[in-house]
Amino acid sequence: MDILSSLMDGFATALTPMNLLYALIGVLLGTAVGVLPGIGPAMTVALLLPVAMVLEPTSAFIMFAGIYYGGMYGGSTTSILLNTPGESSSVITAIEGNRMAKAGRAAQALATAAIGSFVAGTIGTALLVVFTPIVVDFAVSLGSPSYFAIMVLALLAVTAVLGASRLRGFASLGLGLAIGLVGIDSVTGQRRLTFGQPLLADGLDIVVIAVAIFAVGEALWVAAHLRRTPLQIIPVGRPWMGKQDWKRSWKPWLRGTAFGFPFGALPAGGAEIPTFLSYVTEKRLSKHPEEFGKGAIEGVAGPEAANNAAAAGTLTPMLALGLPTNATAAVMLAAFTQFGIQPGPLLFENEGPLVWALIASLFIGNTLLLLVNLPLAPVWAKLLRLPRPYLYAGILFFATLGAYSVNLQAFDLVILLVVGALGFMMRRFGLPVLPLILGVILGPRIEGQLRKTLQLSAGDVSGLWSEPIAVGVYIIVALVLVWPLLFKAWRRARPARVAVVGPVNGGPIADSSAARPTAESPTADSPTTAGPAARDGQVRDGQENADAPKATHANHGQEKS
Amino acid sequence: MSIVVGYVPTAEGAAALDRAITEAQRSQSRLVIINSSRGDALVDKRYVQAEDLTAVTERLEKEGVEHLVLQPVRGHDAANEVLDAAEKYGADLIVIGLRKRTPVGKLIMGSTAQQILLEASCPVLAVKAGG
Repeated sequence: MDILSSLMDGFATALTPMNLLYALIGVLLGTAVGVLPGIGPAMTVALLLPVAMVLEPTSAFIMFAGIYYGGMYGGSTTSILLNTPGESSSVITAIEGNRMAKAGRAAQALATAAIGSFVAGTIGTALLVVFTPIVVDFAVSLGSPSYFAIMVLALLAVTAVLGASRLRGFASLGLGLAIGLVGIDSVTGQRRLTFGQPLLADGLDIVVIAVAIFAVGEALWVAAHLRRTPLQIIPVGRPWMGKQDWKRSWKPWLRGTAFGFPFGALPAGGAEIPTFLSYVTEKRLSKHPEEFGKGAIEGVAGPEAANNAAAAGTLTPMLALGLPTNATAAVMLAAFTQFGIQPGPLLFENEGPLVWALIASLFIGNTLLLLVNLPLAPVWAKLLRLPRPYLYAGILFFATLGAYSVNLQAFDLVILLVVGALGFMMRRFGLPVLPLILGVILGPRIEGQLRKTLQLSAGDVSGLWSEPIAVGVYIIVALVLVWPLLFKAWRRARPARVAVVGPVNGGPIADSSAARPTAESPTADSPTTAGPAARDGQVRDGQENADAPKATHANHGQEKS
Repeated sequence: MSIVVGYVPTAEGAAALDRAITEAQRSQSRLVIINSSRGDALVDKRYVQAEDLTAVTERLEKEGVEHLVLQPVRGHDAANEVLDAAEKYGADLIVIGLRKRTPVGKLIMGSTAQQILLEASCPVLAVKAGG
């Protein structure tokens, strides 16, 4: 009852004309960046961080939530009409979606994607409402040792499980943690990594880092790979669905939701793995398996539902524990810090109205997205005709303006350029960006928890495993780290069977480690050019689809921000 | 002997191609078809895709015209690509399609046709759609 009344209060806040306007702005921006490959919600939220500082925190987060959900919607449009995924989470959608479009069923593909996203987003948000308070109740009882252990798990899981190469993941994490260390140590007052530079004493501003990594790094990367053969959008009218399409879509929507939400909530889940699992499941359960590879509507409905449900799932640990599991959530968490709001289990208690307004705005945003996307999908696709130099020039301009406006210090521009160049080099050498940004954002907090733990135990290291939950989490950490080795050994012992069983039953960990050999090479190339081409070839070869999309998913999963 | 034609999949482009084929047949010369894009947008509807291109080449083969189809994506303007090709292949004639444009539109967008007309070193034949 308490939850319901809080939620209703949230709706009251979110439905004020001003907040509704911000939700609309967020939704429109989100769809736009979702449609455009290479620009994601994480970059957009990062660019808007400085602007949002002048808004009410509630309005700002309503806008961010709209961008986040909108990105998930918009990605499918590009996937279907262009065979280039607009977002990493819609890579799978492109497989069947584009086939459908080529077969003249683009309208149905767009409709099932939009309605499926709406259904999954709404159910996912409802699950968020139900589960988050439970997680909070549990989390409030956690002490520093357990909290430290959980954060270690989050960092390691994202680093080791997602992405093509563990070494690159850990390199990126190390960079992030190092950036997070810069500044004056809060306990002893010592200067760390400041190189005698007084301007570094306050540490590096998270906004500047996020803008540099996501916006400047990406813009430089695209500028280095600007020319590519233009594609053509498949012409389409207003999206609609026939009775048969509804009948074939509703079950995949629900199953996709069931896959998406838990994976989104897991530290290393993300939105890519559940879309893939949903695709494989639909392929096995479908009454029309022969249509897969030629444009089966189930193959669009399931994954699209899964990625939106995952988006909702991601918000559960973010709001309940202050633990981001993907790049957008990480940047949103940075926004909390900028507003002086302490993320973590006490968020609901201290900032109840804000959080509930945010959750209510998710329901509203979802409905707005359906209204904006269903009739207007072909119009959104026109954005793809924008010459990219204009686009990225604009992004760089906003990035610079934003970074300068945070502290009004020219020195921040130097940091912006240096870290932006770092972001470019990371993309060049295939280092995933997500571990870095998590390292920057979680690093100082994880350090705080570690300090607290050790202070409580008077410097005794055994204090780290003084709580049973912490011990349990460390066991999971060990499993995450050791699992790929075991899996490799097992595969060597029984090479033939794993090829069949691995991708389907393996779960997230086995999944990505199986993908590693294939994903290694495309990582170094441009994600946008290598992705669709590689997948196209593999699918057409009549290869087992299970293997083909996974390679690209791992590739896109880490490159796209 | 060769004729260079700037082709885009529009009514004007089709008219230019039609006329260029006629000219090539009459003078027994090679037809160089230029369809270029700057390649900086993800989608460019003036860039001919594979299926349409096959249709064009099939037609040229049926008409018995010696031809060469080029689709340069180098970040240059279409006008420069056509002029480049005219020089490289020693064109005797350039065929282009013209469309109606208001003076303001021309001021803002510039004119590919005008640049070709002014800078070409050989005769230029400008064709309008539906003619």
